[in-house]
Amino acid sequence: MTAATRAIGAPLARLEGPEKVSGTAKYAAEYRQENMAYGWVVPSPVPHGRLRAVLADPSADAIAVLWHGNAPELAAADDPELAVLQSDRISYRGQPVALVVAGTLEAARRAAQVLQLDIETLPHEAVLRTDHPEVYTPDTVNPGFPAESSAGDVDRALAEAPVTVDVTYTTPALHNNPMEPHATIARWDGDDLTVYDSNQHPSGVAATLATVFGVDRVHVVTEHVGGGFGSKGTARPNAVLAALAARVTGRPVQVALPRQAMFSLVGHRTPTIQRIRLGADTDGVLTAIEHQAWSQTSRLYEFAEQTAVTTRHMYAAPHRRTGHRLLRLDMPTPRWMRAPGEAPGMVGLECALDELAEQLSLDPVELRIRNEPHTEPETGTPFTSRHYVDCLRAGADRFGWWGRDPRPRQQRDGDWWIGTGMAGATYPAMAQPSTARVRDLADGGFEVAIGATDLGTGARTILSQIAADALGVPTGRIRIRIGDSTLPQASVAGGSSGSASWGWAVTEACRELRRTGGAEAVFDTTDLIAKQEKEGRHAFGAHFAEVRVDAVTGEIRVSRLFGMYAAGRILNARTARSQFLGGMIMGMGMALHEEGVLDPALGEWINHDLAEYHIPAHADVESIDAAWLDEHDDQLNPMGSKGIGEIGIVGSPAAILNAVWHATGVRVRDLPARLDKILPHLPT
Amino acid sequence: MRLTVNGSEHELDLDPRTTLLDALREHLGLTGAKKGCDHGQCGACTVLLDGRRVNSCLILAIAQQDARVTTIEGLGGHPVQRGFLEHDGFQCGYCTPGQICSAVGMLGEVERGWPSATGDDDPLSDAEIRERMSGNLCRCGAYPNMVPAIREAAGR
Amino acid sequence: MKTFSYRTATGPADGLEPGAVFLAGGTNLVDLMKLGVATPDALVDVTRLPLGEITDLPGGGLRIGAAVRNSDLAADPRARQAFPLLSQALLAGASGQLRNMATTGGNLLQRTRCRYFMDATKPCNKHTPGSGCPARDGDHRNLAILGGSEACIATHPSDMAVALAALDAIVHVDGPAGPRTIPVTGLHRLPGDRPDRDTVLEHGELITAVDVPALPSATRSAYRKARDRASYAFAVGSVAAALAVTDDGLVSEVRLAWGAVAPRPWRAWRAEERLRGRPATAAEFRAAADAELAAAEPGRDNAYKMELLPRMTTALLERLADREGR
Repeated sequence: MTAATRAIGAPLARLEGPEKVSGTAKYAAEYRQENMAYGWVVPSPVPHGRLRAVLADPSADAIAVLWHGNAPELAAADDPELAVLQSDRISYRGQPVALVVAGTLEAARRAAQVLQLDIETLPHEAVLRTDHPEVYTPDTVNPGFPAESSAGDVDRALAEAPVTVDVTYTTPALHNNPMEPHATIARWDGDDLTVYDSNQHPSGVAATLATVFGVDRVHVVTEHVGGGFGSKGTARPNAVLAALAARVTGRPVQVALPRQAMFSLVGHRTPTIQRIRLGADTDGVLTAIEHQAWSQTSRLYEFAEQTAVTTRHMYAAPHRRTGHRLLRLDMPTPRWMRAPGEAPGMVGLECALDELAEQLSLDPVELRIRNEPHTEPETGTPFTSRHYVDCLRAGADRFGWWGRDPRPRQQRDGDWWIGTGMAGATYPAMAQPSTARVRDLADGGFEVAIGATDLGTGARTILSQIAADALGVPTGRIRIRIGDSTLPQASVAGGSSGSASWGWAVTEACRELRRTGGAEAVFDTTDLIAKQEKEGRHAFGAHFAEVRVDAVTGEIRVSRLFGMYAAGRILNARTARSQFLGGMIMGMGMALHEEGVLDPALGEWINHDLAEYHIPAHADVESIDAAWLDEHDDQLNPMGSKGIGEIGIVGSPAAILNAVWHATGVRVRDLPARLDKILPHLPT
Repeated sequence: MRLTVNGSEHELDLDPRTTLLDALREHLGLTGAKKGCDHGQCGACTVLLDGRRVNSCLILAIAQQDARVTTIEGLGGHPVQRGFLEHDGFQCGYCTPGQICSAVGMLGEVERGWPSATGDDDPLSDAEIRERMSGNLCRCGAYPNMVPAIREAAGR
Repeated sequence: MKTFSYRTATGPADGLEPGAVFLAGGTNLVDLMKLGVATPDALVDVTRLPLGEITDLPGGGLRIGAAVRNSDLAADPRARQAFPLLSQALLAGASGQLRNMATTGGNLLQRTRCRYFMDATKPCNKHTPGSGCPARDGDHRNLAILGGSEACIATHPSDMAVALAALDAIVHVDGPAGPRTIPVTGLHRLPGDRPDRDTVLEHGELITAVDVPALPSATRSAYRKARDRASYAFAVGSVAAALAVTDDGLVSEVRLAWGAVAPRPWRAWRAEERLRGRPATAAEFRAAADAELAAAEPGRDNAYKMELLPRMTTALLERLADREGR
């Protein structure tokens, strides 16, 4: 096909850009309905207990107050958190115990505030610790990996290694906080349910709601999504509550979560405790790697973060062991947040490697190069492509890494200590079954339809490029339809797999149309994907950071951040760069700013708003850039692409933390690195 | 209650608790201003009130009956909007109307000679733009692309 | 948000009906009303009162109308010239949008950002007297080390107020009992056993203006703020300082105030007293700051302020003492 790469890779501007900059792009809560009512969630004020009764203030202007005592029965979904208002049991603070419905937003919020709850409070536990007697090993960790892995004799190798590192890193609860809060407007027309919902998977949300309400026809509209970062991967309680309230009141109902509720109700990244042990010979060749990770889950649902799984893929070493332990707490259920497993896990591994490099007096880049595996370290499966070392070298060149004085606290510029640090990055290249439909519109145009979503990734734009090349026409002749569950079923916009999964289906459908010459073709990739090898498929990268640390206050600023990636074929140079940068900036937040601050007595992250849970602001982002190698991998999917949405947050936190050490000599092993952790160690 | 938005006067019957943001979004169908936090902590709701950028979520509509409100829908092809398109200054787009309204207000502040905490000689240096725009959070991390978009809109 | 009635004030001495509060910029009040922490029965809008001017005072000072917006005050050429620390403090606070809304009077009267106070469903002696204070055992990383009580260790969050405290500003109030003035350093109460009362203002008293007297000649001033992100964040520690040094290197005039350490902008009287007439050296500055902290009661997670404030104070005073003015 001569046209195969005409559109793919081009820096095409986002198709929906004009709507987004003019304010006309519609998000879930913005589809006005006649006679719409507003639902306001009443969160549980205790982490554990039983709701005996609710007492509504008769003067409050509510249409309905729904709670387990009067809510219609729902069928069980896979996710027990969707069984809202079905039981008296309270499993975490912030869990919805009632929904107040009123004719205006103002009335709904007030009625919810004054609703009195009669609760039997039960004892709770909120703190993750490794020595808790109820710590257990799950059967598997997400999304289905063994909880433990082992090869060789790690303990002996560590005992015999001339150089060892044994460190514990902890990461706090992190909160996705997409700018658009989770929101749903639900409307019933007979037994037909229509929901305008902010999510990453309209096909999945439709299927879930159909199950929960026992109906056949559910239409989910998700034209624009204001970010998700994993927290909108499945139907959240707002969708069920809105549909429930609409059913009961007979009116369309909007449930838009307040920002505060998002800290408990829509998932978060679990806190982790990670012990990493490394053994190496004096040349810096690893003989042993051990990564043990502890994380938490809720009483409702087992969510097992795959924190140490990345360590199974990164470096060669004959003796190796990984493991995961879980503790159930009276806390909200953790869920997916951008690079679940990889992001926290690579803090532990890549910071520990920096500590090893320090001990060896070896350059951290060189240390990683010396431990590059030729095949998957645990299984021996070949990599479809692995250009990690190339990323390390090219990244170091571009950043100006070489010649760096490895000693900490050597460089000073006025009031600032300066330091540099680096860390590796990786993310699995995945694809999931999806179906696409393409129609020849007979006016020179083609309609490509797939139930995908664009939460800011550029999916809409990229799919037009993929379709254009597959059909051999310019992108201007492609009309993309996504964001609707009535379109052919697509996989979730998650796991950095959207473009690969949907693009694959689109490519095949377009090829089929060309082959058949018909007016329409539909292609389902389920069988193709089932045949694929799952091992040995990863994107790689390297992050380099320069930080300045205020010598007076210990405040940290990232003055330079650079990411070098090998992520298969880049489908759109413009949106890809933006996604890489976005991941790196979120990584900066993870390193320096973000923490769900737990009050153990209340069982809650109490900084539950955007004034107190800091995400990076404009002023935090100084010089930042991303680049990539031209990587060809024909074993992945027809485009040769790997996912890029998450790799930017993998390793960038470690690069920054390693730079903080280089600037100050302070190893911050409990994230985030804030001034109070630096200050006691700075010279006066 | 009277509200003047984008040059049009509207008569509305609103609960006195209604914020300017909710009046725009729920009663006037002007959903360009976004609700990201509802507490003045993210900037997604930024509109111009008599030409000055403000957080519409912390303003009671009832107190603004004499004011002129300009929302993203009323900007009509401002150079900042074109800059955002040109430089990919957004991803999910949810903070974007607020960012753009804020940038428009900010450029007016620069024109009036207002200082910022950065204190650079050039009030439109990259560092100045970043500081002056820090009241608008973007979780996608599109900040680096907004800076040239705003700088160029100012004719730099 | 509880329902309320709304009216515009006709004069500063109007007073307030029981349960009513004044509404100005609304940046703090509307926020707290939405959270159910503030539940006024009535709002009296004072933004139409003629309180929006900045005027010269005899002797080089300024009278700042209570309704002057933070952004206008920060940009005022006279204020920038005469009181650099005031402009710097204002610009270090909040965001461009919030500064366009917030007023001088409202900024002074903003309430703590203590996370327990900001949530009506949690115990807090400030919003619900007698309900207890979970902060001492819970989260207090950014709460008071000075001036707190058993009942409350909230901090006052303003940057501007810290500068005004260092400037010996005078607050003008008016009300049904007539006008009076209060030194800004005496406006905010220490919590004691009544943390629900933030200030000495009586119900119905309205701040009408703030007078800022001129600094003695040859005094240099600056504001420095430390925070958890580069912008749009409350201080974890801040210092407002003014300093004059004699030709032989002795401190002739010093004003010091700290933010994010106490329930009110903390004027460091003890440190000032110790410094007057002493050599303007880092060691003296540090010793003075440490002396101010002799009475401090840090908790488990805010003890870092015991090091942060002296370091910031020392560095800032050193900068002001450096005649090269680097």
